[in-house]
Amino acid sequence: MQNQPRLSAGDQIINWLTTGVGRLLVSVFVPVVTFLVLWRGFIFLRDSNAPQFLIVVVAIIWGVGGVALLYGVSNWLVEKLSGEWVRRLQPFIFIGPAIAILFWYLFLPTIRTLVLSFQDGLGRNFVGFENYLFAFTDRVMQEAFRNNLLWMILGTGFSVSLGLLIAVLADRTPLEKVYKAIIFMPMAISFVGAGVIWKFVYAYRGEGIGIQEIGLLNAIVIGLGGKSQPWLLLPPINNLFLIVIMVWLQTGYAMVILSSAIKGIPSELLEAARVDGANEFQVFFQIMVPTIQSTILTVTTTIVIFSLKLFDIVRVMTGGNYGTNVIANEFYLQQFTYNHSGRASAIAIVLLIAVIPVMIYNLRQFRERRAF
Amino acid sequence: MSGAKTSQKGQKRLGSLFVNGVLVLICLVWLIPTIGVFITSFRNSEDIYSSGWWTVFPHRGWVKVEEIRVPESVDVDQPFEVAGVTGDFATLRQGVVTPDGRKITWIGNKRSRLVIVEEKRWVGFSARLTLDNYRDTLSGKEIRFRDASGNEITRKGNNLGGAFLNSIAVAVPSTIIPILIAAFAAYGFAWLNFPGRKLLFTLVVALLVVPLQIALVPILRDYTQLNLNGTYLAMWLAHTGFGLPLAVYLLFNYIGSLPRDILESAFIDGASHFTIFTRLILPLSIPALASFAIFQFLWVWNDYLVALVFLGDQNRVVTSALAAMVGEKGQDWHLLTSGAFVSMILPLTVFFALQRYFVRGLMAGSVKG
Repeated sequence: MQNQPRLSAGDQIINWLTTGVGRLLVSVFVPVVTFLVLWRGFIFLRDSNAPQFLIVVVAIIWGVGGVALLYGVSNWLVEKLSGEWVRRLQPFIFIGPAIAILFWYLFLPTIRTLVLSFQDGLGRNFVGFENYLFAFTDRVMQEAFRNNLLWMILGTGFSVSLGLLIAVLADRTPLEKVYKAIIFMPMAISFVGAGVIWKFVYAYRGEGIGIQEIGLLNAIVIGLGGKSQPWLLLPPINNLFLIVIMVWLQTGYAMVILSSAIKGIPSELLEAARVDGANEFQVFFQIMVPTIQSTILTVTTTIVIFSLKLFDIVRVMTGGNYGTNVIANEFYLQQFTYNHSGRASAIAIVLLIAVIPVMIYNLRQFRERRAF
Repeated sequence: MSGAKTSQKGQKRLGSLFVNGVLVLICLVWLIPTIGVFITSFRNSEDIYSSGWWTVFPHRGWVKVEEIRVPESVDVDQPFEVAGVTGDFATLRQGVVTPDGRKITWIGNKRSRLVIVEEKRWVGFSARLTLDNYRDTLSGKEIRFRDASGNEITRKGNNLGGAFLNSIAVAVPSTIIPILIAAFAAYGFAWLNFPGRKLLFTLVVALLVVPLQIALVPILRDYTQLNLNGTYLAMWLAHTGFGLPLAVYLLFNYIGSLPRDILESAFIDGASHFTIFTRLILPLSIPALASFAIFQFLWVWNDYLVALVFLGDQNRVVTSALAAMVGEKGQDWHLLTSGAFVSMILPLTVFFALQRYFVRGLMAGSVKG
């Protein structure tokens, strides 16, 4: 009873807010306030000299809260409209932001990069296929293609076969989880971190009295009676030492996917083969491998695409020098060291063309798998 | 190893021994490089350059037992005798091992006239461990340390502590924002009807494998015009854009397979799409959201290329700060090893705590390029 007067005052305000002019004013006022809050937040984050910890906390709240706020406000606006319009507009509240970002960040850039690839270094004049001529015939690019081919064949080959071997072997031991966690662990490590780890393994201190090799590989070589080597400076073998890093990183991925495929093979199938007298190698090559064929193909494709775009490892370990350059590193060099956006774009388009078969395959799979 | 026949039990045990042996061997190869970096990061900087990290374990090594001054009267240009060994200067300088297990070595040049005698003894019980390396890498101020010959060296710190905070400021929103946007979109694609639905989703699937190199140059131009380079917002939007196709695809598969009657009964109760989504669908999708969240978090935290292009030298994240360290201080292993561990500690923790969800996301997303 005591609340009665205040409630009715509140009711009055709500009545005013939901009718006529008030409603219109609120519909304008709320988005404007939202925009102002977000804009001020951005300026604060960009220019403030507050302690870094505070900035980080504000940034997270502002970023995440801002997106939620935008959805809430725009939906609130749409739901103020009549039923018919709600039904028509609401889907675009849901998918609009995603589509807008995909357009801005992936779809349009693909077209813009295509245009840039036919222009000169500064993107002013059209030069025809000159950049593609560079991408396919320049000595630097040919070396990069050769190295990428090495990465794709050796890196993928070792990752997949080692992953398959570990998956099959680990399947038979009670300690499976431990083994798999160890092999899988590098997946959580950045390529830069992995680069440091392996650079230390390959460390070389040179020759001289009283100099101790502190890199594991050179220590082992010396222990076996050899001479220490600057492994990363020796073309073409240094490519193999870089590929080892990729195998170290990617085997875990192959292992996890293949392992779950192996567990999906009906055990009666394997038992029947064994009862018929097949030995373990025959079971592996004639039953297991054909059964999980499509998974092996998927894993191989994923790792091939990965090795095609590989950048970080080469960048950190050698910077692409000493005959270790790869396509993605040459892309970076052209754009950011030589400021030639035409050539960089042509290289990016080459990368895109290389993945188009996979794109078509994905689309076809998707269409077959479900009636959308 | 036929499991069906009991007579082959012995052979089976041998087989399992072989299997475990091979696996242990592979696991050791996998672990040792990381262990080496981990141990090195705690070693005294002087020790790092004068001995391998494996020497912190007890082992038999050469220990100096005696120092001999060679008298001036000995002519070192001819073969001469010292500590019971005869040899010329060059061989003694390499070190000579006697049959009774002593090693005699000339130290320095011909004028130093210093010879040491060493014996093999058990060493490595008193490794000098320190946290100084971590203090130095995290610091943005000037740092001092000693190299192998004991010289003091002054360097500018790489402020990995600040980079760590930057990484958090980049990675947390770059994980949550795409999830939120993708969940809305997945709901829209799965349960709402609108023109162009099929075409737009086909676009999402097509964009799954597009290499992100294709977007870097145009987006960088946009950012330069909008004055966004070097800001957190630039990174959030970029990672959202690049992670979105996979996020929409994964969440669509999950949200689209939720039972239809849940939604219908909510509709009958008069709930709007927005209410159903926030109150019903989001809580139900937590497993799928978690899978993608871990996937995206690790990807963003470990990313180097996007940070390098859009952040440059402002607001460096851990990967770019570490890469800069490799460039500037390629031989300062005490800084590099501790820096590598600072960059790895959070993703490794997340990974081992939530491995199950990560694997699930990985399986569902194996179409991504």
